[in-house]
Amino acid sequence: MLKQVIDKEIADQQQLQEQELYDLNLGPSHPAMHGIFENRVKIDGERIIECESHIGYCHRSFEKLSEHYSYTQVNTITDRMNYVSSMANNIGWILAAEKLLGIEVPKKVQYVRVIMLEINRIIDHLICNGILGVDAGAYTGFLYFMEAREKVYTIFDKMVGARLTTNFGRVGGLDRPLYPEFADDVLNWVKVIPKVLKEFHTLLTRNRIFIERCRDITPISAERALDYGYTGPNLRAAGVEYDVRKADPFSSYEDFDFEIPTGTTGDVYDRYMVRMEEMEQSVKIIEQAAKNLPDGPHHADVPEIYLPEKKDVYSNMEAMIYHFKIIMHGIRPPKGEVYQAIEAPNGELGFYCVSDGGPNPYRLHFRSPCFYYYQSIEELLRGSLIADAVLCISSLNAIAGELER
Amino acid sequence: MAADTVAKKKNPNDPFRKYDLTLAEKLYLPAISKGMAVTLSHFFQKKVTMQYPEEKPEVSHRWRGRHVLKRDEYGRERCVGCQMCELACPADAITIQAGEVPPERRHLHTTERYAVIYELDMLRCIYCGLCEEACPEAAIYLTPFYEFVEDSREKLIYTKEMLTEKTGGPIFYKD
Ligand code: SF4
Ligand code: SF4
Repeated sequence: MLKQVIDKEIADQQQLQEQELYDLNLGPSHPAMHGIFENRVKIDGERIIECESHIGYCHRSFEKLSEHYSYTQVNTITDRMNYVSSMANNIGWILAAEKLLGIEVPKKVQYVRVIMLEINRIIDHLICNGILGVDAGAYTGFLYFMEAREKVYTIFDKMVGARLTTNFGRVGGLDRPLYPEFADDVLNWVKVIPKVLKEFHTLLTRNRIFIERCRDITPISAERALDYGYTGPNLRAAGVEYDVRKADPFSSYEDFDFEIPTGTTGDVYDRYMVRMEEMEQSVKIIEQAAKNLPDGPHHADVPEIYLPEKKDVYSNMEAMIYHFKIIMHGIRPPKGEVYQAIEAPNGELGFYCVSDGGPNPYRLHFRSPCFYYYQSIEELLRGSLIADAVLCISSLNAIAGELER
Repeated sequence: MAADTVAKKKNPNDPFRKYDLTLAEKLYLPAISKGMAVTLSHFFQKKVTMQYPEEKPEVSHRWRGRHVLKRDEYGRERCVGCQMCELACPADAITIQAGEVPPERRHLHTTERYAVIYELDMLRCIYCGLCEEACPEAAIYLTPFYEFVEDSREKLIYTKEMLTEKTGGPIFYKD
């Protein structure tokens, strides 16, 4: 058996040498890779003849783990999926759990979720486009983007007390009341974003070097993109106007006025442009939401699901009982299954949850958009140059943490 | 879609157009000089980087950092060893062994039950704050301290003595 394998390997090598092809491992840990992906490419000079993608280097078995976690605890592992925009994952999971439990949260909570989701979209796209610039050889814009990102982390810090692993929101509402200056902080932050974007446009968008580096690189047609299950900015870059926020509005998205930018060819330049345009739309949404932020409680009136206030727990018998019940007994949704998708920065992030009436999800599946993008890498990279391969992967915005859960 | 593409290309204000470069754009130089202008303007702006160990970032009072176990006004331990934080912890960072308070130590505890062993593994902890939410006695809180540096793993397993604060006070409400 072993001999056969070795023989085959030797024969393959000989064949390769005859063709003068070269085997190269792009990844798993390669300075130009964004995350731990392995791409075995066969190259002829600079050109990639064949590509073989492997995943599994960053697998942390989140789906299995969540079968042992309570509905509140699952929130902490969703932080670690797309760590560039962790709140988006939190919101997706909370919405799924709420749908399962049939909870309607107050308008204020919905608006705050919209604001946080859009902020996360902006910071995710900032990183993605910044890194794209770095891969194309323009480092400066990335640093200016980082500054805007850093500023929003102070808002996260004031709001939930953490920067990256936010654990934002609870089933039935927000994790704690909003801090008083929240709306002002958000508006102040969002005011500078158009300026930052304009700077970046000046640096890159109409720069001939960048255009020639990006246009017609690894394009994908709308049909192929749909075949692969693309969603989000990458699908829109291929020209399909699909956005979960419009197609199946969640969390009051129908209240806001925004447009969906689309590209035409689905190449790196279009993906870049779609992201840049989306950020402008996000700014619009955030301004609308923060200006019209309604008053009201920060959670729905569901005492058997949402933890009572601490003040009441120490003084009020009923609140104390609910507190103990929720912690010891857990949140127990009725039997059933639910699928809830949100438009995460990266595409359609879905949560499919099956409940058997117990305190833990019976089965939980994350539909992470990156997984579907990454399948197409083999097709996209075939025939392109090595330098373009790096651009392609960074423009798809494949995040290892989300890809492999 | 093809006709659409052509229409898009012809509109000079369409940001998506990428096939027809104007003469100025073809020349590289205007784009590069504009880019240089942006970089130069940043050169003279206020610096945003922070010289970390000398200069420390300020974090809010909600920051989820090192834990503290509180005492009440009479200096008694608030923690009653109910193990609710242990149950709520997604990372299994807390280990509690509860026991009955011996009579000679009765003045140090609020009830007859107390945590004989309370260990918190700072390396396992993910600083999610769920223990703080679960505690029914206002005993455990996360504080804005975030610098954990030790030279061995054992030193980062904090015991009750390290976690409990020295002086007590009234119930603390973290908003
Ligand atoms: S902060 Fe979270 S992980 Fe850390 S001890 Fe508390 S519950 Fe456990
Ligand atoms: S810290 Fe609070 S929750 Fe944990 S054992 Fe003590 S009293 Fe119970």
